[in-house]
Amino acid sequence: MSGSGRTVGIQGLVFDEPPIFERSTPGRVGYSLPACDVPARPPESLVPAHLLRDDIPGLPEVSEVEVVRHYTRLSQWNFGIDLGFYPLGSCTMKYNPRVNEDVARLAGFARAHPYLPDELAQGALQLLWELERFLAEVSGLDRVTLHPSAGAQGELVGMMMIRAYLQSKGNPRRKVIIPESAHGTNPASSALCGYQVVGVKSGPQGVVEPKAVAEAMDPDVAAIMITNPNTLGLFEEHIAEIADIVHEQGGQVYCDGANLNAVMGITRPGDWGVDLMQINLHKTFSQPHGGGGPGAGPVAVRRHLAPFMPVPIVEKGPEGFRLDYDRPKSIGRVRSFAASFGVMVRAYAYIRSLGPDGLKHAAETAVLNANYIMAQLKDAYLLPYDRRCKHECVFSDAKQLPYDVKTLDIAKRLMDYGFHPPTIYFPLIVPGALMIEPTETESKETLDEFIAAMKAIAEEAREQPERVRNAPSKPRIGRMDETRAARQPVLRWKPGT
Amino acid sequence: MRYIPNTEQDTRAMLAAIGAGSVDDLFSDIPESLRLRRPLKIPAAVSEAELVRQLKALAATNADADSWNSFLGAGSYDHFSPAIANHLIQRGEFLTAYTPYQPEVSQGTLQALFEYQTAICQLTGMEVSNASMYEGASATAEAVLMAQRISGRRQIVVARSVHPEYREVARTYAAQLGLTFVEVPFAESGGTETDAVQATLGPDTACVLVQYPNFFGVVEDLAPIAEAAHAVGALFIVCSAEPVALGLLKSPGECGADLVTGEGLPLGGGLQYGGPALGFFATRERFVRHIPGRLVGQTVDRDGRTGYVLTLATREQHIRREKATSNICTSESLIALLATISLVSLGPRGLREMALLNLRKAAFAKQRLGKLPGISVRFSGATFNEFVVRLKKKPNTVLAQLRRKRIVGGVGLDRWYPELADCLLCCVTEQKTREQIEALTAALGGAR
Repeated sequence: MSGSGRTVGIQGLVFDEPPIFERSTPGRVGYSLPACDVPARPPESLVPAHLLRDDIPGLPEVSEVEVVRHYTRLSQWNFGIDLGFYPLGSCTMKYNPRVNEDVARLAGFARAHPYLPDELAQGALQLLWELERFLAEVSGLDRVTLHPSAGAQGELVGMMMIRAYLQSKGNPRRKVIIPESAHGTNPASSALCGYQVVGVKSGPQGVVEPKAVAEAMDPDVAAIMITNPNTLGLFEEHIAEIADIVHEQGGQVYCDGANLNAVMGITRPGDWGVDLMQINLHKTFSQPHGGGGPGAGPVAVRRHLAPFMPVPIVEKGPEGFRLDYDRPKSIGRVRSFAASFGVMVRAYAYIRSLGPDGLKHAAETAVLNANYIMAQLKDAYLLPYDRRCKHECVFSDAKQLPYDVKTLDIAKRLMDYGFHPPTIYFPLIVPGALMIEPTETESKETLDEFIAAMKAIAEEAREQPERVRNAPSKPRIGRMDETRAARQPVLRWKPGT
Repeated sequence: MRYIPNTEQDTRAMLAAIGAGSVDDLFSDIPESLRLRRPLKIPAAVSEAELVRQLKALAATNADADSWNSFLGAGSYDHFSPAIANHLIQRGEFLTAYTPYQPEVSQGTLQALFEYQTAICQLTGMEVSNASMYEGASATAEAVLMAQRISGRRQIVVARSVHPEYREVARTYAAQLGLTFVEVPFAESGGTETDAVQATLGPDTACVLVQYPNFFGVVEDLAPIAEAAHAVGALFIVCSAEPVALGLLKSPGECGADLVTGEGLPLGGGLQYGGPALGFFATRERFVRHIPGRLVGQTVDRDGRTGYVLTLATREQHIRREKATSNICTSESLIALLATISLVSLGPRGLREMALLNLRKAAFAKQRLGKLPGISVRFSGATFNEFVVRLKKKPNTVLAQLRRKRIVGGVGLDRWYPELADCLLCCVTEQKTREQIEALTAALGGAR
């Protein structure tokens, strides 16, 4: 079978494994450090005694092999893309190429200090300079700041730039328009810049109507933050008209680029009238998610916003590449050093491996796969917006609710079939949402197996609903008591617990 | 393309099932005027072997810390990392998992982050740690914002001996909310004196921010500053760009810190030309509901088995939207795992031994350099693994001369401190050998 494979268990053997602190045995050693080749002066002679500590209570003493086994066992409790299909909507869980891990670890990259003088870091700077041009071309915008460490920080930096730009025109304004289907990071990022959020509803077709934006728009609106393709997986087809409406009153158009994977090489935000957008390198450009980071969220901007980008930026001059700190209009710094460089190396390697045709083919295939799943599942599950989708499709649990089977149950039952669940209960505008994003790196066989599992669960919901409600049964542990976790928080290990 | 399994035959079968005539039909909802009808202007695809060849060539033009004798620190530190750390984080189950929203199939990441939170608490002497943030400077900025939220006050007091980039990031964040900053000058010791802090404090002071060890490598005496801050009801924030020092130095928690933040990359993560990095963030239990970022908590499943979940999510953006404690969604889980593996491998004795090596080697180098004619040690305070020297010649001229001997002698302070324009910040970690320190001494002796 070339797809996900039938699950017969989770691993060969699954172990219980207590927190590493409980493995501690006094005297065990897991390290090897060089001998001291300078005078071994007592620390008290170098630092006042009252500033020294005696011990780090609780930090364990373990041997190397114990550490290896401990974390290998923990890893076996995880599901990852390397194990199987991970259709987590809005997260673009595509295959993470291993060669990218290798090149990011080349000594010249991984062992380069961020304060190397520019002339000793030409390779690193050239890579950043070229990557900026690649991302500008994909987005259809002019310049790109590579600083933001995540999509949400990209949004924040974007809003800071908008604020600084409008301030330079005399008035930073007070409001930001955000469609109700947006990620929660959009309103939170706006609030961090002191903006008040004005919501707009999507129309009956699942996209934002120009009329709604026109009604919300006034000269006190700094910007609209719009996700396109949106969180229903639909292309905001009125985006150009919406951009015109916002621009007419001096507002800026921010595109949340979380879903760029659906459109790269096919259409470009810059050509829609977008002024700036963040690009989630951990989604579209295959940086591994690593269990929740590191990611990166570079922000591409139109020319008029470029003076406001964070410092430093990489420029090319007659003497080679250099970091330019002299940017008087810049919003300032948002991180130390110049970028999450290792993430940039992986994105660069990914773009060079695919080239222009490969990137477009990836987008086309991601959209093909999503539409295939949508077509195959729309009888079994309610599809609130039945029209062509882009990179993801959103179903609801409406057909299963009469049997008292909810989205959460369906998600958990999918684990028993060997799949990671989709994103659930998001976007908020679809009650009981199941948001499925297959990406381009899955084969038709895998999609067929997933479709079969979803259909089987729909059937179970009718015939044996308790089986779905009690899922999952195959993972090492069952459903967790999240209320207890929040009411009596235990956020660290303590001796004797 | 090897990352895309579908064949043309698969595509045809899928299009038929969808009821679309072509792949292009799937994009018919995009207005024609918005379509890009030309290939992207980026270089054509290269093979795996060609990619590796090209990137090796590019990487080779950088002066990496293996092939050059580098004394750069200033927020990025070259420390030993056990080989197992790099191997274990590349296990696909860790590397290719998402944020652990589905705890049943994410217990590996969740328990590892619980261990990370614990280790950070042990290291910093604090009670609660979040599951990691982007990097040290923005984590510190988040602490400033949190202090503002808790206190409702608007004045931020920052020691001038805090990393210039950390100060700058805090200002960028806080400027959006119109907070005011007051800087506390450093003394002749290179440290921050309590009197100088006290002179800036008032009823509107939200927090006092100090770095430990500070940007000049000087070990600040935290306890009296904490006392002064608390006396006016302000929070005391301690940031550290070099947590290895905490293997030897009294923990900020013991010294009265309310918030401890910093850069965790020195804990096994290496240089990485600056990132991806690891912001750590720890505080007191009473502030737990104000913490930004992810938190992992222990609980039980339906059958009473111990397990872990992301918890206290009502602080976060996906629930609270514009009222969230932060907009943060992504953390740095994989780097947190790397740091945890390095920390537990070292254990309390290994970390102390590593810290001692740093202390002694840097002290040795400081003494050697200080004896050279035309060079003097700038500050009198006790230092950890970095120190500032004053030169007779311009630092940039001296650094350029050292480069001819494949030595990167440190970083000139003129770019951040006009008052220290004749100074150089040198860092000596356990990775430096006596021979390399002697080579720097000899070269500086000749380069004056």
